[in-house]
Amino acid sequence: MIEVKDLRKGFGNVEVLKGISTTFHPGKTNLIIGQSGAGKTVFLKSLIGLHHPESGSIAFDGRLNTNFSIEEKRQWRQEIGMVFQGSALFDSQTVEENVMFPLKMFTNQTQSEMLDRVNFVLDRVNLKQSNHRFPAELSGGMQKRVAIARAIVMKPKYLFCDEPNSGLDPQTAIVIDNLIQEITEEYQITTVINTHDMNSVMEIGEKIIFLKDGIKEWEGSSEEMFKTDNEAVVNFVYSSNLFKKVRQAYLNETNL
Amino acid sequence: MNYIEHIGKYYMMLKQVFRRPQKARIFYDALLREVEELGLKSIGIILFISFFIGGVIALQTALNLDSAFIPESLIGFAAKRSIILEFAPTFCSIILAGKVGSYITSSIGTMRVTEQIDALEVMGINSLNHLVLPKVIATLFFYPFLITLGMVLGMFGGWLAGVLSGLFSGVSYIEGLQTDFNPFLIAYALIKTLVFAFLIATVPSYHGYYVKGGSIAVGKASTQSVVWTTILIVITNYLLTQMLLT
Repeated sequence: MIEVKDLRKGFGNVEVLKGISTTFHPGKTNLIIGQSGAGKTVFLKSLIGLHHPESGSIAFDGRLNTNFSIEEKRQWRQEIGMVFQGSALFDSQTVEENVMFPLKMFTNQTQSEMLDRVNFVLDRVNLKQSNHRFPAELSGGMQKRVAIARAIVMKPKYLFCDEPNSGLDPQTAIVIDNLIQEITEEYQITTVINTHDMNSVMEIGEKIIFLKDGIKEWEGSSEEMFKTDNEAVVNFVYSSNLFKKVRQAYLNETNL
Repeated sequence: MNYIEHIGKYYMMLKQVFRRPQKARIFYDALLREVEELGLKSIGIILFISFFIGGVIALQTALNLDSAFIPESLIGFAAKRSIILEFAPTFCSIILAGKVGSYITSSIGTMRVTEQIDALEVMGINSLNHLVLPKVIATLFFYPFLITLGMVLGMFGGWLAGVLSGLFSGVSYIEGLQTDFNPFLIAYALIKTLVFAFLIATVPSYHGYYVKGGSIAVGKASTQSVVWTTILIVITNYLLTQMLLT
């Protein structure tokens, strides 16, 4: 579980996060949504320690990440898996080397043990025959799957995904969404996804946080999102006619 | 950002670079890769340039010392001094600053803008140590060898230019090469080479690591890194000459 309390972060005179508090539970896919510039990426990067918040606290299963010793911080880092927006695969390494890299760096496993684990996670993300291909030889969807495989190879407790569907066709995006949700439930990982893909929100959003101008404007489940009368959420989520109709159909069906 | 801030940030970077590698096996693999990328792949251009510049130095010296009162062996002597003292360590290092410096900045800069460095940091890896230390060790280890090769081929180029042009005899050139040999000059050249090698590895790494933006920013950083590495080599060359030879 990740507990965030009154998180604030700014750059120069611009305050990007203005006191965000929330909780992310294990085994659930938590989604952060909001317009571009709302502070989603800064929030996510603050959670994983790439940005240092000015005030507030982030506790990982009760451990405040600001109080970590160097050794605790190293240990905590190994509990984190991250899928970056552009996949961030090491382009000089093959798929196998990319996925094996954290194992080589942080474990004392033999080559065959590491290879077994790599093949297992690649199989898990449906990428069996691509071990010796380089990232540049893969499609966007395949790169995302390799990034997921690399993120879960160390059996993380927390999985963070920054726009995992950006640049993907709708069909592949659903495959990636479902994969993340399955992995989250299977390994009871605390997953936090930063997205503005409304299909993802509808499909896998078990807990959704809506950010607006650095403030948590709303939070709830995808079902609660259909019912909400929060103007900012309604304007953002149901901006397209299709989603307006979907919402109306839901409300009619449930007689709300 | 002003120059003082850049200098401070550069030294803070070095503090992170010179840490114990987290995993020896990964460090040695990276070191061998960098020896190949930064060293072995530079041999060709250094040999090619050394050979022809050595020839030009010998020809220019011969044409400017065309007097009956000056012994012909002085051409070999002057060419040797020019090649060992300045041409091989300084000129070759400037060439390497262009070739290797732009490679280092663009490769690290691309890793920065495509979030590969963030990926390393999230994994708990000291990215500066992981990316820059192998480059520093590889250049410090390999460039003295490369510059020594440049010296030898430069002197050979001078000899061949004399023999082919007929401006001086090969025998007197070799006699000049052997005249008044001072081993300290080789040490001086290699000390300079080590300092330049350090600059060639670290200054472009700094520019690449702290790049912000996209592909255009990486291109600009590459250009800047070559310019600054060259400027620092020239200034350091002057300071080292002042300290070691006067």
